[in-house]
Amino acid sequence: MKRSFLLYFLFTLIGILFLGRLFQLQVIRGKDYNPVKNSAVKVKFDLPERGYIYDRNGELLVANQLSYDVTIVPNEVTPLDTIEFCSLLKISKENFIKRFKKAENYAPWLESVFLKQLAKEDFAFLQEKLHKFQGFNIQKRVIRNYPIKSAANILGYINEVNELVAKKDNYYQQGELIGKVGVEAQYEKVLRGKKGKKYFRRDRFNKIKGPFKNGIYDSIAVNGKDITLTIDSKLQQYGEYLMKGKRGGIIALEPSSGEILALVTSPSYDPNMMVGRLRSPNSVKLIGDSINKPMYDRGLKGTYPPGSPFKLVNALIGLQEDVIDENTHFFCNGGYRYGNRKKEFMKCHCDIYGKPIQLNSAISKSCNSYFANTYKRIIEKNKNSTNGMNTWSTHVKSFGLGNYLGYDLPEGDKGLIPNGDYYNRMYKHRWNASTNISNAIGQGEVLTTPIQLANVTAAIANRGFFYTPHVVKKINNQAIIDPSYTTPKHTTIDKKHFEPIIEGMHEVFKTGTASWVNIEGIDIVGKTGTSENFMRVGRKKIKLPDHSILVAFAPKNNPKIAVAVFIENGGFGSTVAAPITSLMIEKYLTGMVNRKWIEERMLKTDLSPIYERQTIAIKQIETGTK
Amino acid sequence: MRQEQNNIFFGIDWLLALFFTLLVGFGWINIYAASYTDETIQAFDFSSKYGKQLLWILFSIPLIILILFINAKFYQRFSSIFFILSLLTLIGLFLFGTEINGAKSWYRFGGISLQPSEFAKAFTALALAKLMSDRKYNLSILKNQLKAFIIIFLPAFLIALHDPGSAIIYLAFFFVLNREGLTLAYIIFGALSIVLFIATILVGVKVIISSLFIFITIYVIYNIYRNRRFLKFNWMKVVGIYLFSSLFIFSADYSYNNILKKHQRDRFEVILGKTSDTKQIGYNSDQSIQTISSGKFWGKGFLEGDKTQGNFVPAQDTDYIFSVVGEEWGFIGSSFVILLFMALLYRIIYRAEKHANKFGRIYGYGVASILFFHFIVNIGMVIGVLPTVGIPLPFFSYGGSSLWGFTLLLFIFIKLDAQKSYDW
Repeated sequence: MKRSFLLYFLFTLIGILFLGRLFQLQVIRGKDYNPVKNSAVKVKFDLPERGYIYDRNGELLVANQLSYDVTIVPNEVTPLDTIEFCSLLKISKENFIKRFKKAENYAPWLESVFLKQLAKEDFAFLQEKLHKFQGFNIQKRVIRNYPIKSAANILGYINEVNELVAKKDNYYQQGELIGKVGVEAQYEKVLRGKKGKKYFRRDRFNKIKGPFKNGIYDSIAVNGKDITLTIDSKLQQYGEYLMKGKRGGIIALEPSSGEILALVTSPSYDPNMMVGRLRSPNSVKLIGDSINKPMYDRGLKGTYPPGSPFKLVNALIGLQEDVIDENTHFFCNGGYRYGNRKKEFMKCHCDIYGKPIQLNSAISKSCNSYFANTYKRIIEKNKNSTNGMNTWSTHVKSFGLGNYLGYDLPEGDKGLIPNGDYYNRMYKHRWNASTNISNAIGQGEVLTTPIQLANVTAAIANRGFFYTPHVVKKINNQAIIDPSYTTPKHTTIDKKHFEPIIEGMHEVFKTGTASWVNIEGIDIVGKTGTSENFMRVGRKKIKLPDHSILVAFAPKNNPKIAVAVFIENGGFGSTVAAPITSLMIEKYLTGMVNRKWIEERMLKTDLSPIYERQTIAIKQIETGTK
Repeated sequence: MRQEQNNIFFGIDWLLALFFTLLVGFGWINIYAASYTDETIQAFDFSSKYGKQLLWILFSIPLIILILFINAKFYQRFSSIFFILSLLTLIGLFLFGTEINGAKSWYRFGGISLQPSEFAKAFTALALAKLMSDRKYNLSILKNQLKAFIIIFLPAFLIALHDPGSAIIYLAFFFVLNREGLTLAYIIFGALSIVLFIATILVGVKVIISSLFIFITIYVIYNIYRNRRFLKFNWMKVVGIYLFSSLFIFSADYSYNNILKKHQRDRFEVILGKTSDTKQIGYNSDQSIQTISSGKFWGKGFLEGDKTQGNFVPAQDTDYIFSVVGEEWGFIGSSFVILLFMALLYRIIYRAEKHANKFGRIYGYGVASILFFHFIVNIGMVIGVLPTVGIPLPFFSYGGSSLWGFTLLLFIFIKLDAQKSYDW
C-alpha cells in the first residue's frame, strides 16, 4: 500500500463529511428558513383600527375609543412622591407596592403595564405631572365602546390574547385583542383588519440598525372592515325592554331574507361592562352568575320542548304524506287515549267535544287529540313504525330542526329530532306511534331552540322555504354574497299545503287563544304554545311552571316579520308570549306602539318571584336528598 | 541552469500559488463583509480590520519574493537554527509577551502584534524534515522516534502553556512520522484513546469499565470456544489490556473533571449533546449553525448577510470566518472553500511524493498535515461537529501573524518543490 494513501483517504473522508454537514444545514435545514424569522430581524407591529358595527338602519352599535395604560420600567424609576402618584392614579399605597413588585418580577429592565385603562380625566392630570415620575409612561390603546346599552349577546366582546392563543395562531401576539363571543368572534377576521409589519435589522445587543432589506418584507396596516348587522336596534331594544323580569328569548326574522331583526335574550347585560377598568370584576360577576346566566344566550342555546307550535309541522307532514286533508275530521272527547291503562291518556283543552274537528279549528283551538291522530297516521302509514318515524324525521329536519341552523353566530345547539333508530335503541324495537305520541304536540323527545322555532315560522310564512338566519347584512357597505345565506332552502312540504295551515293560524289571532292581542289592520298569523317542563334534581323529577311560547308572522300575505317568543315558566302561551309577540310586530311594522295598556301590562309582568321560589325549592330538594 | 536559478519563479507550482491566491482573496472578501459597518464614512478605511488585513496581504508579497529568492538548500542547512530561534521566541513570551484575549502569546512592536506560535509550525516542520531526512535515520529505532517526538512536543508544550487549543495542531506531525515509517499503531492507539475518552465522558466510568469487561470476556470465551485452547491462551495480554484501559478511563475521567476548566468541559458537553444551553455555553456554536443554515443554497449575497452584519457570531472575522462564507455565499460558496482546501491538500501531497530527496517530501507532508488539522478543527467547530477550539482557518481568518505564518509554511514548500530536480 502506498504510504500516501492514508492522508489522501482522510482528506477525502473529512471533505465529504463536511460537505454532507453543510448540505444538511444549508439545503435541508435551510429550506424551512424564513428570512424574517431570524434573530437579526426585529418586527414591529402596526395595529390597525378594529371595524365598527352598525345596525340595519345605520345606527352605531360598536365604536372604538382611546384608553390609556400606565406603563413602568422598574429600573428607571427614581424615588418619587408616592402619595401624590397614588392619588393621581386613585390607588392605595399597598396596591402601588404590589403592582411595582409584580412589574419588577416580570423584568426590571422591560416595560410592562402598571395600571390598565386609566379614566380620561385621570389621564389628563397624570400627563401634566408625568415628568415628575421617572420610569413611568403612558401608552395609548384602543378599546371598544358601545353607544347603546343593548344587544350584548349579539355583539359579544373582545379579550386580550393569552399565551395559549398566541402560540396556536401566529397572527396574534400576547396582549393584542381578539373577539371572544358574538359577532366580534364570528367576524374576527373581518373586524380586525390586517396588522402592519415593519422589519428592522438589529445587532446582537438588540440595537436597531435600520430597516431590513430596505423594507421589502414590510406591510402596512389595513384597518378592519365595518359591519352592518341585520338587527333593527330599535326593535332589539324594545324587545329587551319588554323582557325585563322574565327569562327567555325573542327572535324576530325577516322571512324573505332570513335576516335576524332582533335576537333578545333575557336577562342580559350592558356590553360596556366588558370594557374598562371594571371589566375583570364584572366578567367574574357575569360569568359566575349560575342562576340568571346573563351570558347564556337563551335564544340560541336554550333547548326546550317546542309545545303546540310544533303541531303546525305535524299538520304539514300529515298533508304532505296524504294521511289527512283539510276536511279530515277527528273526534275529541277531552283527550286522546293511546293505551288501555288509565294513565295512557292525553288531555285536551280544545273544548270541542262530541263534534268532529277539522284542521282549521284544530289549529286555532290547539286540539291535542287531532294531532295525536294525525301523528299516529303518519308513523303508521307504512305499517312499519321505524320507516314512518324516519319519514317524519326527514320532513321535520327539512325545517332546519334537529341540527345546527348554520347562522353566523358562534353559539347554538342542535336541539333534538328523533328518528326510527333513536327509538329502536331506546325501546329495543318494541315501540309504536303510541309510545312517543307526545311528539305530536311538541312534547316528548322533541327539543328545539327558539331561533329554530322562529325559522320554522319563517318557512311557513314563505310557504315552504327559508333562508338561513343571519345577523350580518353588509361588510364595508357591501351586501354579503355568501351563498349559504342568499340561497333559499326548501322544505319537503309542497307549497299548496301551507295555505290551510296559515288559515288556521290566522284564526288563532282572529278568534282563537291570542285574539285579545290582535292588532287592528294587521293580519297576524301565529300559534300559541305552552310547553311542560320538568327538572331533574338529584333523583327527583319535579314539574316546573310551563313555558309560554308563541310563534307568529305578519302580515299574512307578504310577511315582513316572523317572531318566536319563549318565556321560561311564563304559563300559557296566550298570557305572556302572545302580547309580547303582538307588541314586537306592531313596533316593527308601524314603528310605534299604540296599545299602551298591553305594554304596561307586560312591563308589570315580573316573573322573578316564580324564579326565586323555584331556586329555593330546588335548593331545598337538593339539601333534602343529601 | 544558472539562468533558471536566477529566475525566482522558475519551477514553482502555479497551481499551488493559484489555490493560495484564491483562498487569501476570498478570505479577504469575507473579512470585509464581517468587519464592514454602515457607519463608515470613508469608502475604504485602513484602520478597519479589512483595511489592516489588506495591508498584511500586500506585505506578504515581499515575504513571498524573499522566500523564493533564497536557495532551497539554505532552508535545509539552517533549519536547526531556525527551530532554536523559534523556541527562543516562544520562551521569550514569558518575559516580553503581551496578553491579548487572555493569552500571553503576542509580541508587540509599536502598532503591530505578532504571534510567534504561528511561525513556529513552519520551523518545526523544517526541523523534523532535517532530522528524518538524514541517511542514517531509521524510525524503527526507539531512540530516533524519541528525537522526533522531542522536536514535535517541545514547541507544542511551550505553546500549550499559553494557548492549549493551538498546541493540538502539533499532533498533525504524526501523519508525517507515519509516512516515514512509524507504525500505524501510534495513530490507532491515539484514535482509540480519543474514542475511549469521549465514551467515558458520555456514559461515565462505571458503565464503560463494566462494558469493557463484558466485551473482553466475550472475546475470550469466543476465542476459547473457537480454538479450544484454554491453557495456551495469552492471559497476561488480556488482563494487561484490561488493566491499562481501566487506568486510562479513570485518569480520563479524573482529568476531565478536575484538570479541564469549566468552560472547556462545557464545550465538550455542547457537542456531545449533554447540555442544550444555547444562551451562554452553546451560544457561539448555535449562532454559527443558524447563520450558516440561513445562507441556504445560493447564499444571501455579499454584504447581505443580516446575521453577519448584526455581528451575531462572535469572532466572525477570525475563528468563525467560515460562518460568513456560509451565510453570504450559501452552500455554493462554502463547498467551494471546502473543495479548494481539499484540492490544496491533495496537491501538496501529490507534489511532495514527487520529491527525490526526503527533506522536501517530509516538509511537504508537514505542511499538508498542519493545514489539514487546522481545516478539520476550525471548520468542524464552525459547523458544529467539533468542540470550540479557537484556532484560525488558514489563509482565511483575520490576523497578520496567522497569514504570514501560513504563507511562510506554504511558500517554503513551493520553493523546495521548485528546486526538487536540482542536485542538493
